[in-house]
Amino acid sequence: MIDRRTRLRRLAEIELPAALLVCVALAPYAWMVLTSIKPTVEIARFPVVYLPDAPTLSHYADLFARTTFPDNLLDSLLVAVSACALGLGLSVPAAYAFSRFGFVGRRFLMTQFLTINMFPIVLMIIPLFVAMRALGLLDTVLGVVLGHATFAIPFAIWMLTSYLNGIPRELDEAAMVDGATRLQTIVRILLPLAAPGIASTGIYIFVASWNEYLFAMMLSGQNVRTVTVALQLFIGEYTIQWGLLTAGGTLVALPVTVLFLFVQRHLVGGLTAGAVKS
Amino acid sequence: MIVRPHTPYLFLAPALLATAAIVLYPVASTMWMSLQDFVLFRPHDIKFVGLGNFARLAADEVFWISLGNSLVWIGLAVGLQFALGLATALVLNESFFWRSLARAAVVVPWALPSVIIGLMFTWIYDYNLGVLNDLLLRLGLVDGPVAWLARPDTALLAVVAALVWQGFPFFAVVILAGLQAIPNDLQEAAEIDGATRWQRFRHVVWPGLAGVILTALLLRTIWVANSLDIILVMTGGGPGYATHTLPLYAFLRAYSGMEFGYGSALAVVLTLCLMAVAAVYVRRTMREAFR
Repeated sequence: MIDRRTRLRRLAEIELPAALLVCVALAPYAWMVLTSIKPTVEIARFPVVYLPDAPTLSHYADLFARTTFPDNLLDSLLVAVSACALGLGLSVPAAYAFSRFGFVGRRFLMTQFLTINMFPIVLMIIPLFVAMRALGLLDTVLGVVLGHATFAIPFAIWMLTSYLNGIPRELDEAAMVDGATRLQTIVRILLPLAAPGIASTGIYIFVASWNEYLFAMMLSGQNVRTVTVALQLFIGEYTIQWGLLTAGGTLVALPVTVLFLFVQRHLVGGLTAGAVKS
Repeated sequence: MIVRPHTPYLFLAPALLATAAIVLYPVASTMWMSLQDFVLFRPHDIKFVGLGNFARLAADEVFWISLGNSLVWIGLAVGLQFALGLATALVLNESFFWRSLARAAVVVPWALPSVIIGLMFTWIYDYNLGVLNDLLLRLGLVDGPVAWLARPDTALLAVVAALVWQGFPFFAVVILAGLQAIPNDLQEAAEIDGATRWQRFRHVVWPGLAGVILTALLLRTIWVANSLDIILVMTGGGPGYATHTLPLYAFLRAYSGMEFGYGSALAVVLTLCLMAVAAVYVRRTMREAFR
């Protein structure tokens, strides 16, 4: 009797609110997916048809056959992978320096990297636009990637420094005492140990770059156009075709949702920079 | 172990050079531009005007409207994200058999691009076909469909709601991690001593969470204050100036108006306001990092 009452109480006090919160978190997403598989006539009906009578993948087919969307997906992939490579390539050595050496200006430089991570995009977007135009980098993958590096580098440096700090220094010291050079120690000892941290930092950069809109919009054009910019332009080009837009949105959201679920546990430590130990 | 004094700087050099080129140079350039009358389509008519742009700004009605909207935007969005995030964290800290599934599900909004979120909510708010109007009509809460994004009195709130949805998982995840760091024995001891659920929250959980929450609030304030893509996608700042915030106004003046000088001045003012908040965050974080 008591068991059943506590069970009911837990249901009302915990599982019901939890179910409600899950609904709040998923409903807009679910609505987008549902809309994307409805035929256009059902989308245009009011009162709203909640579940599709005749589900269809025609919007997805249209998206690939009649729009630039496949190219945009490729551009986004190229930009995000390059941003990831550039960000990690520059940040891993920097994080190594912050984590393993004491030197003049260390604290100052770390403060700077933390501070520039908070600069509003509008503070740098115009000169970047002007400079890229002068250098002929406007509307190139490199141009957009450099824009994304402005947030990728400082973030990655902080994430990786805190990760490397968690790997005991005695390990690399032991290797160097045994006669390994610094480079050998980094490649053979430190990098393998840091691989999970590097991977989740890389995934985070990938997701942030894939999702980014303002830099991509300002720095791209006809040749290079990422999915976020393309979807936004669809609104103007095709007197809002919600089937097409929601199909595009669903496809764009899918990979980052999956990737993000992998890394979000690791993010907390880096994002609040040690305020939460996880 | 012998470390040559220049070794750390060699490792840092690539990141420092890149940052100087793509962050510091643009920032310095924006500050310099803010002191000039610089309109893109008049490239031969650039004048140094000192603080002229800032004087103009103080007399610009739209600037004050945008600043006011920014304060409402930040206050409401961060406040509601936090409230919903805290509630989520407290619920998902309890144990029930599908908890890990629920924890994964609530993170989803955080992963999505702002543009997609903007599109989703624009569709939900749609005047003719939107599901929100449909639900409210079915429940009898409104007499006719509401043009959520086209009415000056609802547009800002409608965009805030979209941002709250995007941002509450961040608080939920951070606070959840904070909750897990509070030793269970403390809670159990309090329970044995006869503390009610509220007393346990107030005197055991809350003190343990306060630091984490403050850091998260500071970080989120800066992030929300800077974010303009959701507004840009959903309303473009309209109707009228109803959803103009400071970064959006700076962006629109520079991008649509091609007034690089004035736009830069607006961006500089925004940054100065934010740096006060950022300074607190940076000081806290550095203290943690160098403990």
